[in-house]
Amino acid sequence: METLGPLLQYLISGLTNGAIYALIALGFSIIYNATTIINFAQGEMVMLGALCAISFYHLYPSLPLAFLGGVAVVTLVGLLFERLALRPVRDQSPLILIIITIGGADFFSGLAMMIWGKEAYSLPPFTGSKPLHFFSATLLPQNLWVVGLGILFVLLLEAFFRYTLVGKAMRACSYNRQAARLAGLPVNRMVQLSFGLSAALGAAGGILVAPLTLGIYDMGAMLGLKGFSAAILGGLGSILGGVLGGLLIGVAEALASGLISSGYRDAVAFLILLVVLFLRPQGLVGSRR
Amino acid sequence: MNGKVMGTLLALILGFSLVLSGCGTEKQAPIVIGGIFSITGPASYLGEPERNTLQMMVADINAKGGIKGRPVKAVIYDSEANVTKARLNAEKLITKDKALAIIGPSLTHTSMTVLEVTQKAKTPLISCAAGVGIVSPASERVWVFKTAQTDQMAVARIFQYLQKQGLTKVAIITVSTGFGVSGKKQLETQASKYGLEIVGNEVFGEKDTDMTPQLTKIRETDAQAVICWGTGPAPALVAKNMKQLGFTTILIQSHGAASKKFIELAGDAADGILLPAGKLAIFKQLPDTDPEKKVCQTYDDMYQKKYKAPASSFGGYAYDAFNILKMAVEKAGADKAKVRDAIENTKNYVGGPYISRDGKTENRMKRPGPLAAWYRFHPSRILPNNPVLSKTTDKIS
Amino acid sequence: MSRRYLANPWLLFALGVILVRLVVANDYYFTLLNIIGIHALLVVGLNLLLGYAGQISLGHAAFFGLGAYTSGILTATYGVNPWLALPVGLVVAGVAAFLVGVPALKLRGYYLAMATLGFGIIVYIIFNQTQELTGGPSGLSGIPSLSLGSFSLDSPDRLFILIWLILWVILILSANLVDSRLGRAVRALHESEPAAQSLGVNTFRAKLLIFVWSALYAALAGSLYAHTLNFIAPSSFGFMFSIKLVTMVVVGGMPASGDPCWGLPCLRFCRNSW
Repeated sequence: METLGPLLQYLISGLTNGAIYALIALGFSIIYNATTIINFAQGEMVMLGALCAISFYHLYPSLPLAFLGGVAVVTLVGLLFERLALRPVRDQSPLILIIITIGGADFFSGLAMMIWGKEAYSLPPFTGSKPLHFFSATLLPQNLWVVGLGILFVLLLEAFFRYTLVGKAMRACSYNRQAARLAGLPVNRMVQLSFGLSAALGAAGGILVAPLTLGIYDMGAMLGLKGFSAAILGGLGSILGGVLGGLLIGVAEALASGLISSGYRDAVAFLILLVVLFLRPQGLVGSRR
Repeated sequence: MNGKVMGTLLALILGFSLVLSGCGTEKQAPIVIGGIFSITGPASYLGEPERNTLQMMVADINAKGGIKGRPVKAVIYDSEANVTKARLNAEKLITKDKALAIIGPSLTHTSMTVLEVTQKAKTPLISCAAGVGIVSPASERVWVFKTAQTDQMAVARIFQYLQKQGLTKVAIITVSTGFGVSGKKQLETQASKYGLEIVGNEVFGEKDTDMTPQLTKIRETDAQAVICWGTGPAPALVAKNMKQLGFTTILIQSHGAASKKFIELAGDAADGILLPAGKLAIFKQLPDTDPEKKVCQTYDDMYQKKYKAPASSFGGYAYDAFNILKMAVEKAGADKAKVRDAIENTKNYVGGPYISRDGKTENRMKRPGPLAAWYRFHPSRILPNNPVLSKTTDKIS
Repeated sequence: MSRRYLANPWLLFALGVILVRLVVANDYYFTLLNIIGIHALLVVGLNLLLGYAGQISLGHAAFFGLGAYTSGILTATYGVNPWLALPVGLVVAGVAAFLVGVPALKLRGYYLAMATLGFGIIVYIIFNQTQELTGGPSGLSGIPSLSLGSFSLDSPDRLFILIWLILWVILILSANLVDSRLGRAVRALHESEPAAQSLGVNTFRAKLLIFVWSALYAALAGSLYAHTLNFIAPSSFGFMFSIKLVTMVVVGGMPASGDPCWGLPCLRFCRNSW
């Protein structure tokens, strides 16, 4: 019983962070499915989402509106990014695309630094900041919001791909782009949509955690890399895999910093990444392509 | 490939000879003061106010006719918190710009690389970084001074307080940057001197956004106080996370958290937190008899007027550095060795804490007076926390 | 690329170095040129991997750091002669590259990029966390300068000749390597791995060799870097530096051995260095 207390607390911390990693991982997977591009600017969408929502909230103090506003702006950014930066170079080698998307990430964080400055900003929690007691652990209502809305978004995403016409079309494009084009599907539109969708997911994640983590112009890079590790761990391209990968990495990090050494916390995600890449590159639930 | 190589070489050589021919000396040369700050990059929150301050001070002194009639020119470079860049900046300032002295850099590791150059070139360097390692061992670091409080002093101030409160067990949580590691070392080495035992020892990354695992671990210990050593937004998150975890022990922050931004970010969680810092953070609440109040007021007014933002203690390091250098040049003229001696013998300077080295005693303070004042955060402002005032914290602990 | 063509540029290069040494009189430019020379070493090495073999490494700063820290720690903390520490640094980086390369080079494209990136970040974190050894984020100071006998290379102009001489040798070596059996194998597998295999090339072995080889260049550069600056800190060996290196290679123009070191000064000069 003695050790259960801290363990539960680590778990809560890990699941909250993991939910965000999962949303970012899904963003990676959606774009990867549509284009086989890894968009290293994915983490910056989280940052833009958080900062935009904070700004909207300061303009008009309504959290739902700030949430929607933030997601809308970042979705637009994602669409534009695809159109202006990636479509012209679609068929380049992975190396060039890596450099372009990393350049994009640099551009977004630089832009955010010009708009919002170098300071961090806070967003009020969605419903109060009174800690809740849960057995031996304490958590904030915001932790519940992050995990709950995170699950909701994933379910919506799954439903979108499974039941809507557009979602089915996007899936068709990811299976075989040539065939989809022959079947008359607007492949370019679908690719663009995938960027918009993953930007929206990232932004939503950013706004969800902003009350816990603050928003600052340089928060995106590390989140992006961790989200990518999560996507690889679960299996690049898989929704279930991304969720699983995100949660596992989040929990592993929390346990490592609680039980082993907090100094090596960031190393954990990348150690997992290496082990998965070396032993099972297709990820936990992915199939070899 | 052949032609390309030749062309590049020609261009290189041509470039150099052009630069060299442009290197003629002017007659009525201004006094050149070099500045190296982390203006962009991860530590820009330090470098930007420092650069602004130096520019402002130089413009001010030139408007008043310069130092002893000679105009002053500030040549400021951005080190981007990068060791290689800082090194090149220093070489350039000394050999090309002929700087009389250099102010900066903003960080411990960039200062360490710059002082390799300034020591060799026998040029005074006034660093704005915190690490004790910059000025010690004093017998070697003859040309280096610094204006930022050392962690040594801040730690001593905190431990004195804890000792007075009769506390014996503390937990520390430090950031894994130069600032945090240096602070951690001081906390660890000085603890026994004050009869304190460190029962929890955790670290966090500069960009970490969740410290609950580390703090949960600390919660399991019997620590009577938690000391957090960090800069930027992370210390505010430590405060928030502690509130979430229902801590009842007091939290003590380092001088790295001494800003109004901290209160904004930590919100309610800032209430009752204690910290040692320069007086700039709370000068408005100081009694009028305090000589430092006027200094802080002047600096803050100037900064507000020029940059439409409140002055920060980081900019204050550059403010002190410039003023000390100015006094030294006024006394000694534009001679590096004489300026160095004059800096070392600065007396009666009223401003931030000023540490120098001395041939015999390491890191001896040259200026008497309060080094690190003691403050308490209040949700809306920072209050000076005299021992008399500490009743509130007694109640909390 | 035959020997007839190569003879000229190398001679020109050497003459250019001597000329620069005679013309330049300012220590700042020598320091700048030394840094450029060190970066050129890194870029030439990475180019062998990236440009010739077509294998991505986003963790090259780690090998650079391993060379620098091995040299730095051995000389500053344990008083080992720099010329002895340098080969130790090469061995450390070479072994690390081998251990990472064996599993990582089975991966391709993005997966290889991510594996090397992960490795780079882990090494960076280790540099930061092993404070007793590396001095942590505040850095490691007191690294002595190189010397040749009693002739100390403690000023930038003296070091300049050494660094650029080494670069010169390395460039010639690399040009020969590209024309060697290994070089041909590597270029073949860049075009098509199955095709190279069908011609009897052990592609994995070739990739591994070239990976270790380029890590050795990086470690050599790291060692020189430590002795040039007499101070090192982890921030010089982070993820962003790896990216910068890859960018330098791409900007320098990948396909030829000698070329990238020309792209490099341009990149450096364009950025506010001057």
